Amino acid sequence: MVGILINELLDEFEGSLNTWLGMDVISALDWGREELMGLFREAQEMEKHSKSSLSVMNGKIMALAFFEPSTRTRLSFETAMLRLGGRVIDMGSVEASSLAKGENLADTIRMLDSYADLIVIRHELEGAAKFAAEIADAPVINAGDGAQNHPTQAMLDAYTMWREFGRVDGLSIGFMGDLRYARVINSLVQVLSLFDVKLHMISPPSLQPRAELLDFMRGRGMRFEMHDHLEEAVAGLDVLYVVRIQKERFPDPMEYERVRGSFRLTMESLRGARDSLVILHPLPRVDEVDFEVDQTRHARYFKQAALGVPLRMALIKLVLGGVE
Amino acid sequence: MSKELIISKIREGIVIDHVPAGRAMVILKILNISGLEGRVALVMNVESSKMGRKDIIKIEGRDLTHDELNLIALISPTATVNRVRNYEVAEKFKVQLPTKVRGIVRCKNPKCITNKPREPITSSFTVIKGGQAVLKCDYCGAYNSLEDVEKQLVSRSG
Repeated sequence: MVGILINELLDEFEGSLNTWLGMDVISALDWGREELMGLFREAQEMEKHSKSSLSVMNGKIMALAFFEPSTRTRLSFETAMLRLGGRVIDMGSVEASSLAKGENLADTIRMLDSYADLIVIRHELEGAAKFAAEIADAPVINAGDGAQNHPTQAMLDAYTMWREFGRVDGLSIGFMGDLRYARVINSLVQVLSLFDVKLHMISPPSLQPRAELLDFMRGRGMRFEMHDHLEEAVAGLDVLYVVRIQKERFPDPMEYERVRGSFRLTMESLRGARDSLVILHPLPRVDEVDFEVDQTRHARYFKQAALGVPLRMALIKLVLGGVE
Repeated sequence: MSKELIISKIREGIVIDHVPAGRAMVILKILNISGLEGRVALVMNVESSKMGRKDIIKIEGRDLTHDELNLIALISPTATVNRVRNYEVAEKFKVQLPTKVRGIVRCKNPKCITNKPREPITSSFTVIKGGQAVLKCDYCGAYNSLEDVEKQLVSRSG
C-alpha cells in the first residue's frame, strides 16, 4: 500500500520534460511509468478537444502506412491528427499502391519519410515497425505488427482503466479469450508491468499465453494466475478484458464451437461479478460478448474505443512536440 | 589390445575438444565439411574425465571464423578449441556464448520481418543464457531454441 502511495505521489510530481519528443513508439517496453502518466494527463486534457479543432499541429503531416486492414485504429489516428490541426497522407490499400508492383517495405518507408513528419505503420509481419523505424528519420508509431505488438491500443486500454478507477495500481484484471495470438495482450501486459496489478489469464489450454510472455511476466515479478473458466475468477475482478477466439486457430471445427461457447461473455457468466466490474474489448466484437451485456453497467468498450482519439491526439502531440 | 584410439597428430589446423557426445556430426555440417576437403579425424563417444562421454574433431589446414566459433558455442557450449601450428598447440580456449548473434541464423518465425525477401535487413538475436541458451529475435521477439537452430544449420549445410 505504501508502495502504491509513493508511486502515485511520484506520478503527481513528474517533471514537465517531454521524453516522447521524436521517439519511435514500437513496443510497450519503450517507455516507463512516468512517461505513461505524462501521456495520460495530456490525453485527459485532449478529451476537452475531441470534438473541436486545435492548431498545435498546423503545417505537420502524418503518413498512414497500413499494410493490413484496420478501421478503428486507422480512423482514430487520422481523426486525432485532424483535430490537432495537422494533415494526413494515406498510402491507401496495398493493392492500389506501388506495393502491388513489388516495391519492398524499405523503399516505401524511405519515400514516406521524405514526405511526412510522422509515420504510422501497421503490417502483418512481426518486427516490421522496428525495421521501419531503423530506416526512417521521422518518428514511427507502430499501429500493430503481426501477433507481436499493438502499443497504442495497450496505452488506450490502460488509459481507460485509469480514467475509470482513477488509478491502475491495485487492480485485479482478467484477460479472457485467445491469449496466445491476440497482439494486444502482449502489449497490454507489458504496459501493466509498470503497475502493481494482479492478472488472471482465462483461456482454453491451447490458447494460453506464449512462453515468451509468461517469461516476461515472471521476470518482472508480476502476480498472475491461469484459469480455464471465467467462473473461477470473475468474482474478484475489477476489469475483464475480452478478446476474440478466431476460428482459424482450430484445426477441428467441433473443438472451435465447444471452446467458443465456454469463452463467450453472457449475462449468465457475469453472475457473481462485482458491481464495479468494468468490461473492456479492443473491438471489433463478433459474438464473444453477448449484445445483452452492452446494456449493463459493466460495458465500457465503446467508451474505450472513443478514448482512442484523445489518447492518440496526446501521443502525436508529445512525439511531434506541439506547443499550444 | 590397447583401449585407446590412435589418431595421428595434425601439423596445422584445429582440434575441437569436449564436444558433447553426438554433436560432432552437427559441427561438421555447420563447418561445411564433407570429408573431401582435407584430412579430418572424428572421434565420437569416447570417455572423458570431465564430461563422461565426448566427441573430438581434428581438421587439418583449417581455421575457424568468428561466426563459426559463435555457432559452435551455441550448439556445443562446453567445447574447447586448440589451434595447432607445426604440430604444437599454439592457442587453446573455451568457446564463449555470444550475447548477440547477427546474420548467421534465420528466425524460425515465418511471420518475422527478417524472413521477408528483398528487404535490406539482417537477423539479430539476443542470447538468453540459462540452463539451455535461447535466442530471442530482436525483431519479432520469438524464442529460437538450440534445437531450432541446430535443425536449421544442419538442413542448410546438408
